[in-house]
Amino acid sequence: MTKPFLSVELLTQQFPDGAGDTLTVFENATFSVAEGEFVCILGHSGCGKSTIMNVLAGLAEPTSGTVIMDGEEISGPSLDRGVVFQNYSLLPWLSALKNVMFGVAARHPDWSKSEVQAHSEKYLAMVGLDGDAIHRKPSQLSGGMRQRVSIARAFANHPKLLLLDEPFGALDALTRGTIQDELLKIWNGTNQTVFMITHDIDEAILLADRILLMTNGPFARVAEAVEITIPRPRRREEIIDHPNYYAIRNHLVHFLGSRSKELAGQSSGSGANSPETIRIDRTEKDTPETDDDPTHQAHLRAVNE
Amino acid sequence: MVQKIDMRSTLLSLTILFVGVFIWHAATHVPDTGPTGVELSQGEMDTLLGKNMLSEDIEYYATQGVEFAQLEQIASLNLSRSMIEAAGGIQALGISAPDENSAPAPGSLFPSPTQIGKELWATIADPFYVAGTNDMGFGIQMGYSLLRVLIGYSLSAAVAIPLGFLIGMSPMFYKALDPFIQVLKPISPLAWMPIALFTIGDSELSSIFVIFICSLWPMLTNTAFGVANVRSDWVNVARTHELSTTKTALTVILPAAAPTIITGMRISIGIAWLVIVAAEMLVGGTGIGYVVWNEWNGLRLDRMIVAILLIGVVGMLLDAAFARLQRAVAYAE
Ligand SMILES: Nc1ncnc2c1ncn2[C@@H]1O[C@H](COP(=O)(O)OP(=O)(O)OP(=O)(O)O)[C@@H](O)[C@H]1O
Ligand SMILES: [Mg+2]
Repeated sequence: MTKPFLSVELLTQQFPDGAGDTLTVFENATFSVAEGEFVCILGHSGCGKSTIMNVLAGLAEPTSGTVIMDGEEISGPSLDRGVVFQNYSLLPWLSALKNVMFGVAARHPDWSKSEVQAHSEKYLAMVGLDGDAIHRKPSQLSGGMRQRVSIARAFANHPKLLLLDEPFGALDALTRGTIQDELLKIWNGTNQTVFMITHDIDEAILLADRILLMTNGPFARVAEAVEITIPRPRRREEIIDHPNYYAIRNHLVHFLGSRSKELAGQSSGSGANSPETIRIDRTEKDTPETDDDPTHQAHLRAVNE
Repeated sequence: MVQKIDMRSTLLSLTILFVGVFIWHAATHVPDTGPTGVELSQGEMDTLLGKNMLSEDIEYYATQGVEFAQLEQIASLNLSRSMIEAAGGIQALGISAPDENSAPAPGSLFPSPTQIGKELWATIADPFYVAGTNDMGFGIQMGYSLLRVLIGYSLSAAVAIPLGFLIGMSPMFYKALDPFIQVLKPISPLAWMPIALFTIGDSELSSIFVIFICSLWPMLTNTAFGVANVRSDWVNVARTHELSTTKTALTVILPAAAPTIITGMRISIGIAWLVIVAAEMLVGGTGIGYVVWNEWNGLRLDRMIVAILLIGVVGMLLDAAFARLQRAVAYAE
């Protein structure tokens, strides 16, 4: 097996829980992401998705464990890992344009101001922001607009790894669709790896190569890695007709609905908690199935890495 | 709506000013005549005129506070006023009359609003005259004070803001320097004066030093607080963009903490302006604080009050400048 691009090994994160004890958010989490892969992570609120992302970004030190990217252990943040924060994290004293320029100028210190500005405007236009709006301060923008500025700031820097924490959470369905398409376009044209947190199952199926499923915390685990066996390019109107779509979707819904709770809450000792790979592929079957329950053993093949 | 409130508040301010000045005026008003005049009825007037007393004489004595009974006595003398005066006045002729010296003392020594107005106008008309070491225009004296404040305050800002950054960004420095700050901060600025005079010697430099010290603490603590409390999200933005510490300090922390820092600077300039007046009263020589002291010693209260008023106005202008700066760096989250 070739070395994965990003490899998370035995990652444990604990916080003081405020009552003098420690809260173990997750323990010995172990998973990997291939180069150029698009991975979404799904899990209930508070299970530790943002915490994992902070570690990947290099913003937080894990209690133990390592993250290796491109053969090098991550220590501290880097321009190679672009982050779209859950709360946008725009600098409130700068206009939308200046916020993007802030990032671009950091990435390309040798560029002239007009180059930086042109590049920034291009990415703002890509997320649907232009004209007068880009000169407004974040406080004068709607939540969705702020989120788009934050997305533009991360995309404009072409990081090797894009870390997106619910990047489309505050967007209306229409804008969300447009920006999802833009994201796929950007991702297709490059060799970028994307690690994205989302709460939206359909969005995850549309975008991801693989979906990591997390159980509820504390002692959350990345329990399963579901491969999305729907060929690209995917169009949101067409994928719902694909035979695998509902099978995968039902599996995900079932996991989040009940199994995330059932699997939650046990400390599993010292062994590595790596996810079970789930591959659901109806197209490989000879006889069409009427049963939609994807957890049914006949429909899936569990492959351990 | 806002306009209406503005209009009403202006009206109220003017009313308060008017009432204040009126009370001041009433409290310091000195009537021109000592004794109060006497009102004569028409009948009394006729009686006196009937005794061949001149109406202008009646008028004169009445305003001097001479009662009707005495006026009758004067009338019966049948002498004109000039003759009575020549004889030494009505008292000399055995007629009791109000004593001029027993008239109530002038309201007070305290100058009235009109006197102050006149003095103020004279000051504004010629603020920069120099007629001797103790007699210079208030403009010049104010200039001395402002210069001292400016030098002391600038030096203080040059120390406090970088040091505040250091303390705010490094918990280690915060812990190390905090005890010193906590002890030195509550010391009255003027308590430093003897130490300054002893060590520095020069009174001019000593006042500047006192300004330096008193401006230091609000700027230092506010800068440290503002820097330490910059939202970690914003610092994380800088970190994910691999900005150097200096670059982070200048492009993220400085703008983020600017409102708090300017608040500290605004408090400092206010204190510096309070302290310079006291320091100059203590040290003497020049400056608007010295003027207050000097005019007080010479009992030229009108000039003293004008100086005090001007101190207030300049202080207000300094504060307004920083308020404007504060608005310029403010941001909404
Ligand atoms: N700095 C911290 N100190 C203490 N506890 C923390 C800290 N950061 C996160 N936690 C805890 O870790 C757990 C996971 O938090 P995290 O923000 O990663 O959740 P999440 O999966 O991103 O949730 P959401 O979907 O709502 O964003 C929560 O229980 C939270 O209370
Ligand atoms: Mg989160």
